[in-house]
Amino acid sequence: MDLNYSPEELAFRDQVRGWLKANLPEDLRRKNADGGHLGKEDLLRWHKILAKQGWVAPAWPKEWGGPDWNATQRYIFEEECGLAGTPQIVAFGVVMCAQVLLKFGSDEQKKRHLPGIYNGDVFWVQGYSEPGSGSDLASLKTRADRKGDKYIVNGQKIWTSLGQYGDWIFCLVRTNFDTKIRQEGISFLLIDMKTPGITVRPLILMDGGHEVNEVFFDNVEVPVENLVHEEGKGWTVAKYLLGHERLNTGRIGASKRELARLKAFAAKQLDADGRSMMDDPRFRDKLTRVEVELMALEITNLRFLDAMRGGRPPGADVSMLKIRGTEIQQALTELMMQAAGPMAVPFKAVGESLAGEFDALTASLAARYANYRKTSIYAGSNEIQRNIIAKATLGL
Amino acid sequence: MNFELSEEQRLMAESVGRFLSDHYDFEQRKQIIRSDAGASTAVWKQLADMGVLSIPFSEAAGGFGGGATDMMSAMQSIGQSLVVEPVLATVLAARLIDRAGSAAQKTEIVSAVVDGSRKLAFAHLEDSARYRVSHVALSATRAADGWILNGLKRVVVGATLADLLVVSARTSGKAGDAQGISLFVVAPGAKGVSMTGYRTLDNQRGADVRLDSVKVGADALVGTEGAALPVIEEAFDFATALLCSEAVGAMQFANDTTLEYLKTRKQFGAPIGSFQALQHRMVEMFVSTEQARSMSYLAASKVDTTTDPLERARIISAAKIKIADACRQVSQESIQLHGGMGMTEEMKVSHTFRRLTMIAQQFGDVDAHLERFAALDH
Repeated sequence: MDLNYSPEELAFRDQVRGWLKANLPEDLRRKNADGGHLGKEDLLRWHKILAKQGWVAPAWPKEWGGPDWNATQRYIFEEECGLAGTPQIVAFGVVMCAQVLLKFGSDEQKKRHLPGIYNGDVFWVQGYSEPGSGSDLASLKTRADRKGDKYIVNGQKIWTSLGQYGDWIFCLVRTNFDTKIRQEGISFLLIDMKTPGITVRPLILMDGGHEVNEVFFDNVEVPVENLVHEEGKGWTVAKYLLGHERLNTGRIGASKRELARLKAFAAKQLDADGRSMMDDPRFRDKLTRVEVELMALEITNLRFLDAMRGGRPPGADVSMLKIRGTEIQQALTELMMQAAGPMAVPFKAVGESLAGEFDALTASLAARYANYRKTSIYAGSNEIQRNIIAKATLGL
Repeated sequence: MNFELSEEQRLMAESVGRFLSDHYDFEQRKQIIRSDAGASTAVWKQLADMGVLSIPFSEAAGGFGGGATDMMSAMQSIGQSLVVEPVLATVLAARLIDRAGSAAQKTEIVSAVVDGSRKLAFAHLEDSARYRVSHVALSATRAADGWILNGLKRVVVGATLADLLVVSARTSGKAGDAQGISLFVVAPGAKGVSMTGYRTLDNQRGADVRLDSVKVGADALVGTEGAALPVIEEAFDFATALLCSEAVGAMQFANDTTLEYLKTRKQFGAPIGSFQALQHRMVEMFVSTEQARSMSYLAASKVDTTTDPLERARIISAAKIKIADACRQVSQESIQLHGGMGMTEEMKVSHTFRRLTMIAQQFGDVDAHLERFAALDH
């Protein structure tokens, strides 16, 4: 056992670090660092820079444009992006839809959709949750009725992240209401969002940001060739995707950057006696515990990657990355606010500016804290993650 | 970067694991802790024969020349089985000699540890020191042909079992000074040495050791006079890395046995493990143990590879913070989930609770390490 990077791994890290330093546009870095809102153009701009370099799809096979990195290299890249403060690559296309197509898609579907995903020409979003189907996703009711060579889709999706930018949406729909096991009535459909009958309505979150949407389907016609895998096998596809999704929820690199930023910020916050928050033992102990949890999670994450060498799929216990990773992200936003103390109270909603003598970072803290409460809810709430570990890992 | 055990490490893990499951089950352990000595010479000999006591010592002293990473699986097994033999106490004391002692001391003392013929203990803690390593007041003053030691050492784990004590003493300055601490080897039977022995919380043996004008020769000094503090700090950090691995083994047992109990104990007509309130608590024990395991790996890897004492200390403190928090959580929750049964002496889990409680504070409790981490962080 050796937890140090090998000389080759260090050389790779330096290569990635150098490239990011030279190619991450300063205005994007700044905007991201100050908690600014990244719009479609910002996101796609960074996507296209990475695509040009051949690094936008680290997990894809070489024949479709992947860089042929091993798990450790992918981890290093991910971490360096976090440390450099790059915008996050929107996962719905490159990570999620692509993984599904690579595993279950027909050759035709791969050829049609993968290049658009790779080049950032098509913006994909995800249609899973419904008003009555959150944690109990398998109860979903959006229906797709087969009519000749088309499905007619009716129903509603909710919490559709970045749905306002969506060109295409991948959806779980019910193709059969009569199966004994309800999971077996679910299918996985790709839907062009320009199709008549689709309405997107924004849901504004408590930080004022427009991230999520409701998507309504009213007699939407979808060609049957947009069915992925077999009819009734949508749940298998979704489960496969969930394992991949959870591996990316640790967000170690981004949390490391947040931690460094928190320390630098807290060091500058002085009390009336001129004492820095970093020298306040009550604050400091909380900060240290978060830092230690993050150090541990980094090693835990690497252990998962190590166990997956040779293509073994991750076990259900990867859910712990989601649980601890989001707890850390939330704790960091909370400590940022605490470090700022009374200066954290003025509230600048996303897209607004704040009057008074506030720097961009301080002005964004309260909204960011509020926004990050989502992390323990989305992508399978942390309670659902605990259920998964209890059942699949511990056999309870 | 890799997490795989080497062939030697794997074989060691297997043989120690097999030996302890065959010869150190809960009943056999019960006999040992009830005995007068509170330890078993037969078990000690077996551990030595398997090479456990040779792993971390220099080849010059007959050791294997390995590190904390090589000791990791053996320490996990020791934690699982709640071994009360003074392995950690002996390794800690012998490391001081192996790292700082003369060639003659290594040949004589460390070699005897390696072959299992001698146990050691490190007499260091004093009143009012809490976890400050430099707080040494026990005095050593020069005499015609050696030194005279006076003072009291508290809670010396393994002291009554030790064939030889390593004692920290002040040769100049005052308690708390970094300079002026020296190490001496002292025979427990030397004139002026008296011990008050007792059981520790986890059924090991410990003692308060009084040194009343104890005369030792000039050759009893280990290392350079007055310069022992960095040696002691390194040995404590190394021992803490081993302790972290032991903790992971003990937590693993606590989790395994609690999970088993959740699956078999029935109330309201169902296994209690079917209740979500208990499932989520069990999951948290599992996740915390895996996080602690990760830190135990990092601690072992760091003490073996870094040459920077500050970086070593920082990582060891980080590891101990995580381990101590996890020990507290897992020990308390494993008792709670066992209900009344967990409170009883006849359940092994109650002994694991005692061991985990001891580990959480040994070599510095969580507050002490939070303080050290903050002081070293930059």
